[in-house]
Amino acid sequence: MTVNGSQQEHEVEPRLLLVHYIREVVGLTGTNIGCDTSSCGACTVHIDGESVKSCTVLAVQADGSSIKTIEGLADPDGTMHPMQEAFRENHGLQCGYCTPGMVMAAVSLLEEQPHPTEAEVREGLEGNLCRCTGYHNIVKAVLAAAGSAAPSGGAS
Amino acid sequence: MIPASFDYKRAESVDEAIALLGEHGDEAKLLAGGHSLLPLMKLRLATPSFLIDVGRLKDLSYIRDAGDHIAIGALTRHRDVEISDLLAAEVPLLARAASTVGDPQVRHRGTLGGTLAHADPASDLPAVILALGGTLVAQGPGGSREIAATDFFQGFLETALAEDEMITEVRVPKFGGKGWSFQKFTRRSQDWAIVGVAAVVANGSTGIALVNMASTPVRASGVESALAGGASATDAAAQAADGLEPGADLNASTEYRQHLARVLVRRALEEAGV
Repeated sequence: MTVNGSQQEHEVEPRLLLVHYIREVVGLTGTNIGCDTSSCGACTVHIDGESVKSCTVLAVQADGSSIKTIEGLADPDGTMHPMQEAFRENHGLQCGYCTPGMVMAAVSLLEEQPHPTEAEVREGLEGNLCRCTGYHNIVKAVLAAAGSAAPSGGAS
Repeated sequence: MIPASFDYKRAESVDEAIALLGEHGDEAKLLAGGHSLLPLMKLRLATPSFLIDVGRLKDLSYIRDAGDHIAIGALTRHRDVEISDLLAAEVPLLARAASTVGDPQVRHRGTLGGTLAHADPASDLPAVILALGGTLVAQGPGGSREIAATDFFQGFLETALAEDEMITEVRVPKFGGKGWSFQKFTRRSQDWAIVGVAAVVANGSTGIALVNMASTPVRASGVESALAGGASATDAAAQAADGLEPGADLNASTEYRQHLARVLVRRALEEAGV
């Protein structure tokens, strides 16, 4: 498989989860493990361009696929992805634990729905939990990245 | 959480998958999207010693117009069901229900055949296929056979599939865009239904199936026959929980589930225009 464009070849146990492969074998620790039960979305990465929860995928299932993690979003020169920029501009994070998964889910959402409404953003991020409950600014950030209007109601 | 050890083989064809099932017997499980099986394996509630990965059998991922019905390949993902224009036009109940399964990440992985074979009574799509009067096509070493959805679900996580059979296709009759409803009662958006209702009016009769009201997805036959006998939607819905004793858990007592079934069936019938 490729991870962020770099070819990876390893012999692994069938039971190795993709998230453990990414963190411990490839050595990219930006992808977090949260609930480990496919509920919280902290471990969200892209397989062939679509968001998945990497705690519920075996590494062997992703053999031959193209994986993208949070480390693969920014340009090689360090220029942040528009979604990362939007999260920074809109303070779309507090403790930051959910952020890598939240950003990856949001990027996948905009691939499928380039101009979502606020409600569609909230529904589209239903698989990602923020224990700080910082959802308002996360939604603002995603709408900003989409070039859509900010939600009404002002600051949270 | 890490599953117990197992051997793994990616099947390159349906025939290979069936041959492997025959070889490994009840020690083997088919792996499609894995979003029912892997959580069970991580909790060690399931410990198959051999996984046959059918997830790459792309020729089983399709949604086709087949005349009086729509044929859906078993490995079609929930996401593809959700956004299918053909299903939106001909079987909108299924497309709508698929859009409520789990969350986007889950829908990118989970498959229609997988959720039917897993047969969790709390899953949405088994009840939808049951309400629609769908048919499953199962392939085994001796060839294919059709199984009516009404005969398919036999017990908690138990189906009519033999150990060496796999679902290859799901057929749902066209009913057009009129007269249907999917009701799903949850506390949080990505949750399983505490109770769900799939209802469809086709050829003058109403098919209604319930999510999470028994050990299998179940037809609300009392409501269906009351409607056939001329009862009003409100009166028929009052029979939604008759004969059903759903389990109690942290989310709901038996009585609360029975209450929800009556309320949700009434709402479903109203939305379906019954």
